[in-house]
Amino acid sequence: MEVVISTDKLTKKFGDFVATNEITFEVAKGEIFGFLGANGAGKTTAMRMLCGLLKPSYGSASVAGFDIEKQTEQVKQNIGYMSQKFSLYEDLTVKENFRFYGGVYKLKRQVIDQRLNEMLGNLGMLNVENSLVASLPLGWKQKLAFSLAMLHRPKIVFLDEPTGGVDPITRRQFWDLIYEAAHNGVTIFVTTHYMDEAEYCDRVSIMVDGVIKALDTPENLRKQFETDSMDGVFQLLARGTSTK
Amino acid sequence: MQTAISINNISKHYGEIQALKNIGFEVEEGEIFGLIGPDGAGKSSLFRILTTLILADEGEAEVAGLDVKKDYMTIRQRIGYMPGKFSLYQDLTVQENLNFFATIFKTSIQENYHLIKDIYVQLEPFKKRPAGKLSGGMKQKLALCCALIHKPEVLFLDEPTTGVDPVSRKEFWQMLKKLKQEGIAILVSTPYMDEAALCDRIALIQKGEILKIAPPENINQVYKGRLISVKSKKTYELIQALRALPQVASCYAFGEFLNATFKTDVQAIDPILNELKQKHFADLEWHQTQPGIENVFMQLLSQSQADDSSIKAQKR
Repeated sequence: MEVVISTDKLTKKFGDFVATNEITFEVAKGEIFGFLGANGAGKTTAMRMLCGLLKPSYGSASVAGFDIEKQTEQVKQNIGYMSQKFSLYEDLTVKENFRFYGGVYKLKRQVIDQRLNEMLGNLGMLNVENSLVASLPLGWKQKLAFSLAMLHRPKIVFLDEPTGGVDPITRRQFWDLIYEAAHNGVTIFVTTHYMDEAEYCDRVSIMVDGVIKALDTPENLRKQFETDSMDGVFQLLARGTSTK
Repeated sequence: MQTAISINNISKHYGEIQALKNIGFEVEEGEIFGLIGPDGAGKSSLFRILTTLILADEGEAEVAGLDVKKDYMTIRQRIGYMPGKFSLYQDLTVQENLNFFATIFKTSIQENYHLIKDIYVQLEPFKKRPAGKLSGGMKQKLALCCALIHKPEVLFLDEPTTGVDPVSRKEFWQMLKKLKQEGIAILVSTPYMDEAALCDRIALIQKGEILKIAPPENINQVYKGRLISVKSKKTYELIQALRALPQVASCYAFGEFLNATFKTDVQAIDPILNELKQKHFADLEWHQTQPGIENVFMQLLSQSQADDSSIKAQKR
């Protein structure tokens, strides 16, 4: 098993508040790793540290073989990141967004155009390459944001609540993209508030008040907490209340 | 029982986009009525028409027995509205926001404290914190308090729990149940199907049209085909394999299992899956399952998507 993310007592404090408290875990190549927790549990903080966007207070982590504190640039080149408020340029066209993000990663124009054709083709979205992003439905924007996060062929992609607010079919079409990427060896690190989506992950960690309270396969977690769904596991851990 | 909301043939266009097409339904006093639909289905437009913020192109609507066009000033005093976007004052504290809304409606926090008490005790430790610094779940609770402070007869909640974690969502719905007991009618929209099950009645809405109105427990009567839950460790390969079968109408991930809808008779299903098990998926297991709201909604959605084959980029 090749390890692509490993953290050791990774901690972030804001003043007296400990947002992420000594979290230690590993993620394997090609794994779909679900990173769950209630609002304010410290997920986004942890994710921002792993992406090299925020310095830890103490502890360490390596992502794609690079130290998140000392080698932030190499980390950034090897990961893709899709934030919950995905950062597409609404007043640029789809193609212009591809060229912009490709340019940021120093891809050649020819390579960008080739991947644009390939990615939009797979999504059935070639007919909107010259449309303004602002004119697209939310579900299309999400797929587009995922494609852009994958444009430079990262080893790991971080997805922060990628499927909020869309219909159940669009949500599952998005998960088809995730499965396909994982099948091709890309490691997926994903947060979600949909507990059915937690079941789609190979392993799931649940964070409560900055600490990882549980980490295992969905099946083992259900057994361990004697409940029939990940929602049950989550309710038990996150607030200590049973759903039954 | 009194009718709290009555909608008759409402339509709304934005330029060429038809946001709402001939919408009609009624909501009773003390009823929780759910509008279930994706982003862009027209839910927010309907909320804005009923809360007198925009005018419909056609049709009539009454809220608390008052006409949304003629009596808009009176309606505004008698309803509570929680818009989809967080619209409290981010740089005012929890307490300041609540005071502000109470004052606007010429009341005080004390006067209707019983309505917000259960929610407010959870907010109280943070009452000096600016609203912008609250977590998602807390923001929603504060917004609900602000919408309730003047004891409205009808409550409009536009996606109150989007982006909120499952525990906070559950607490939020427990509060709605209590408000219902006070006789308040609640029109609520949500993209979460588990919340749909908590409504008295739901309307499935897509592209401005209502696909179906029914109590959640009856909604699965319209499901076509036989639904089978299937499972293997090789999820990705299994989805592909099932979708490739001519007997399978659709296959989607559904929590722990995949849900495959078979067009064939029940008897034909076991042989098909047995073959799959022998050939490719040694760990395959399956059982027949009852369609839930999400299954029904997805089937109605894909039918309505198949109906209009034009894939034109649409404006929200």
